[in-house]
Order: sequence, then C-alpha cells, then structure tokens
Amino acid sequence: MAGVGESVSTQMGMHTEPLTGRDIKTKFTLENEGGFGYHFARDVDFNRRAEIDCADLEPTEINGKIRDLMDSGHGSIVLRNPGAKHSLVVGILNRMNIIVDGSLGYFGCGLLDGPTVRISGRVGWSFGENMMAGVCVVEKNAGSTFGAALRGGDLVCKGSVGSRTGIDQKGGTIVVGGDTGAFSGFMMQRGRMVVCGNAGKNLGDSMYDGTIFIGGEIQDLGVDAVPADLTDLDRAWLTRKLTMYELLPGKGVDHFTKIVAGKQLWSYDNLEPTEKKLVL
Amino acid sequence: MCGIAGLIYRDGARNIGAEMTAMLQALKHRGPDSTGFAMYGAPGPNEYIMRFKVAEKEDLGGGTKIHRAIVERKAAVDAVLKELGVTVLELAEPTEYANRYRISYDGDLKTLADQIEEVEGAEILSIGNALELIKDLGDAADVSGTYSLGGFTGTHGIGHTRMATESDVDIRSAHPYWAYPYNDIAVVHNGQITNYWLMRRQLEREGQRFVSDCDSELLAVYTAVNLEKGVTLEDSLRRSIDEIDGVFTYLITTGNELGMAKDTMAAKPMVLYEADDLVALASEEVAIRAIIPHEIDTTDPYDEEVRVWQA
Repeated sequence: MAGVGESVSTQMGMHTEPLTGRDIKTKFTLENEGGFGYHFARDVDFNRRAEIDCADLEPTEINGKIRDLMDSGHGSIVLRNPGAKHSLVVGILNRMNIIVDGSLGYFGCGLLDGPTVRISGRVGWSFGENMMAGVCVVEKNAGSTFGAALRGGDLVCKGSVGSRTGIDQKGGTIVVGGDTGAFSGFMMQRGRMVVCGNAGKNLGDSMYDGTIFIGGEIQDLGVDAVPADLTDLDRAWLTRKLTMYELLPGKGVDHFTKIVAGKQLWSYDNLEPTEKKLVL
Repeated sequence: MCGIAGLIYRDGARNIGAEMTAMLQALKHRGPDSTGFAMYGAPGPNEYIMRFKVAEKEDLGGGTKIHRAIVERKAAVDAVLKELGVTVLELAEPTEYANRYRISYDGDLKTLADQIEEVEGAEILSIGNALELIKDLGDAADVSGTYSLGGFTGTHGIGHTRMATESDVDIRSAHPYWAYPYNDIAVVHNGQITNYWLMRRQLEREGQRFVSDCDSELLAVYTAVNLEKGVTLEDSLRRSIDEIDGVFTYLITTGNELGMAKDTMAAKPMVLYEADDLVALASEEVAIRAIIPHEIDTTDPYDEEVRVWQA
C-alpha cells in the first residue's frame, strides 16, 4: 500500500503536485495520535472561566484578550456586550468553550478549528466562514453566507439565515432551524446542510457533491441539483443531529426532501486524488 | 462599499437628527469620503424647505475669487426667487457655500428648480414640504456638527456614508439624491446599476433631468416618475427589481413613507429591526445598535424583498 505521501494516484501519474498541509503529511497520521492538534495549541482548563466586557473594546482588542486568556489556561470564556461588532472570535485553533452573550456582526467565528461557541443573539454575514472543526450554535437569526466554505464541524442557527448559506461548502454540517434564502448550497462540494424551514430559489445551484435536506418548501432548484430518496440512514442521521440541537420537529424527519448533485464532474470524480477530496 | 441607513417612527416625531448621526457614524468604516442625510421634519402649509449650494467645499481653497463668486451666485439665486414670486420666510447659511431657505411658493416646482440651476455654480440639493437633504465631505459627526443636525426633529430619514468609486469626492457626487424636481422624494443606495445609462436615457427622453452621473439618482427619479403616474411606492419598488439590472439594496423616502428593495441576487447587505414604534434599517447591525444599545432581534431581508412603512 502506498504511503500517505505517495498515493496510488501519484504513482499512476494522475497528478504531480505534492499533497501538503498539516492534516495529511505532518500531523494527521495514526502513528502520531498526539499530532491531531496544532503544535502551538494551548493546554487549557475547561473549568477555568473568564469574562470579557466588549462594550468599550475594538474587535482586535477583544480577540487579543481571548488569546491572552487562552495563554493563561482559561478554557471557558464569556463575551459580554458584544454589540454586534464584526470579526469577533476568529482564528481560534484550540479546543475550548466560548459563550457570546449577545449578537455578533459580520465575519464572526471565522477560521475556527476546535472550539465550541454558543451565541445567545444573532450573527451577521459570513458567520463561521472556513471553519475546520468545532461547534457553533446561534440561538437567533443569521445573515447571508452563513458557513461559507465550511470545511468541518457543526454550524447551527436556530433561527433563519440569509442568502447563499453554505456557499462553497467543503465539509462539515450546517443546521438551520428556520428558513434559508436564495442560492443556498451554491457550488457545494461536500458536507451536509439541513434546513428545517423553507429554502429560496436556486437551491444547490452548481453543487457537485454533498447533501442538502430541506424540511419545508423549496422555491426552486438550481442547475445540477436534484431530489434523491431519503434513506433509513439519512433519517437516523437527521434525527440524531436535530435532536442534538433541540431542533427535531414534532412530526419527525420523514417530510424532509433530500437534494444531491445530479451531475458528476469527470475531473472531480475521477482525476482528483482521493486524499485531496477528503480534505476538501 | 458604502453604508446606508434609515429609520421611521410610526407614532410621531423624534430627534432623528441625533439618531441618524449616530447610525451613520457607526457606518463610517464603510465609506469615509462623504456623508449625507435626507430627513423629514414638520411640513408647513404651502411652505418648502430648499437646500442648495453655490460652490463645492474644495473650491474654497482655490483663491479669493471664489468668495466673491459665492456672494454673486447667492444674489443671483435671490433674484430668481424674487422674479418667481417666492417669499423667503427664513434663511440660514450653515457654511459659506450651503444654504437653507424656508420659502412660500405656490408655483411649479420644476420651474423653480430649473431656473435656480441655471445660476452658474448653484445646485439644489432638495426642495420639499418636509424633506431636508444635507450632504458634505467628512464623516457623520463632521457633517452633523457643521449643519447643526443634532436637534433635527422629524418622523423619518435616510442616510449614506460614501466610499467614492466611480465619481469624484465632492458634494455633487455625495448621497442621498433628491428626485429632481419632485417634492419630498430621496434615495440612498448600496450597489451598482448596470443598465443605468439605458434607463437614464429613456427617462431623459421623457423629459426627466439628472443632476449627476451617479446611478443612485436614477432610483430616485425612476420612483418619482412612477409615483406621479399613480403607482404606489410598494409597486414601484417591485417593478424596480424587474426593470433595473445590477446588484442593489436601496432605501427610498417620501413625505410619509420609507421603502426598501433588495435585488434578485441579494448581494448587498441590509439588517432590519422592527418594533411597534420604530423601524430601523442599516447595512450593518452596529448602526442600529448605535441607537438601541440593548439586545434586539433583527433579520436580513431576502432577495427581491420589498417593504414599505408609514410614518
């Protein structure tokens, strides 16, 4: 069997670019279990809790304070008075708990890898963009491009979200308790999206992998998006996931419509190395 | 990028000057070049408020001749008003180049506007029973301070912070835009209209006049023409989504209404807060939080969404 760095597809000459990145080459090996985290990840104590009053602080200062608290071993941080400020709780590559007591503005919780974040209010555009791992739960509504380019973890909005939800989604799970706007799942490449309410026009437009589940009405489907049969495995997964976030409808999940890519891309399905697809 | 904001009180007038200033100041990062307000005060019978300028701010640094020219231009505007039988009830000069006249006039607004615009260097920012349109270079605090807007009492208003992209950094290119020469109609817009010239030429062939090359002005004139034909504001907003190409989110005001429309792509942001007494909208929630500091429930209007609220 070929090693990780010398995949079968490489040996077959199907691609020449070296696969790089910490997940594949450097850390993500079965022999190196301790390397699942970043070498610079802080060793935090989840029982050590601290609060930050954001009222008179700029976003850079707030994010800096979060890092300072992580450095000193705090594993649970509460943000008070966030005031819908932009770009808060970004770039955290650590397992830890963050509670936001209020609302965030644009680009909140971007580039996360590991933390569990709970927001009591709403969030603006591009929440959870590029998240690699972790859990983010928003109790109220969210703006457009919720979970754009999501790569892993669970991104949950218990209210409704704007347009282009999960645009360019590459993995992970997006769960929406209410409705989602137009162009949701646009160019979706992998992962799952669950919307308990209605979906706007052009759902799943140009998607080439991944699965979308819609509990309400679908205004219309985009190019390449087609309905598929809901399997028992889908039902079990939906039930488990929605129960986890207290969003399971009283009537269960049988009414959900499953949407998948109806067109297979030759290059994506046959020429791309399996390892590369895995990290997408 | 630009930032837009608006508010409307459904149960009477408030100090909207201070609130609009706070909202627009919170959006300063979306456009620091200029700031504008279109606010609606208490209309008087047969009275109009006319806001006009006779020079650009940057002209003042161009030597001593401009100061004499400003005096001469104002005198020429006054002569036009006298000739048309306009009674000036009150006048104020917030800056050397900007003027606010409260006038009594029962003639045709287009005649009045056209004749004043013929004065070299004169440009009307607005004429309205209730509308007052103020715009200048700088952030909201600067403009509000210069024009003493902190105590402006009214029912509704819209505003704009501008990041100049396709036209100059001057008052002429600043927003909001008045629907020349229609009473009490103004617009703020975030986006880009791609069939601007096609629609502008069509409206020009119908006799409409444009005072700038900014696509936002098209939305004001387009709406005013529709309203004049008896179309409701809500229907005009819906038509605009079909007839106007591009990406846009815009707010438009009349003497007693505030309307909003979002294009089919929903590519430009808008956050909406609705309460029993107040509706507030802005490109970002931080602007709404500037006047409502406690936690609130807000939503993002969807694509092709149209809303109208009454004062």
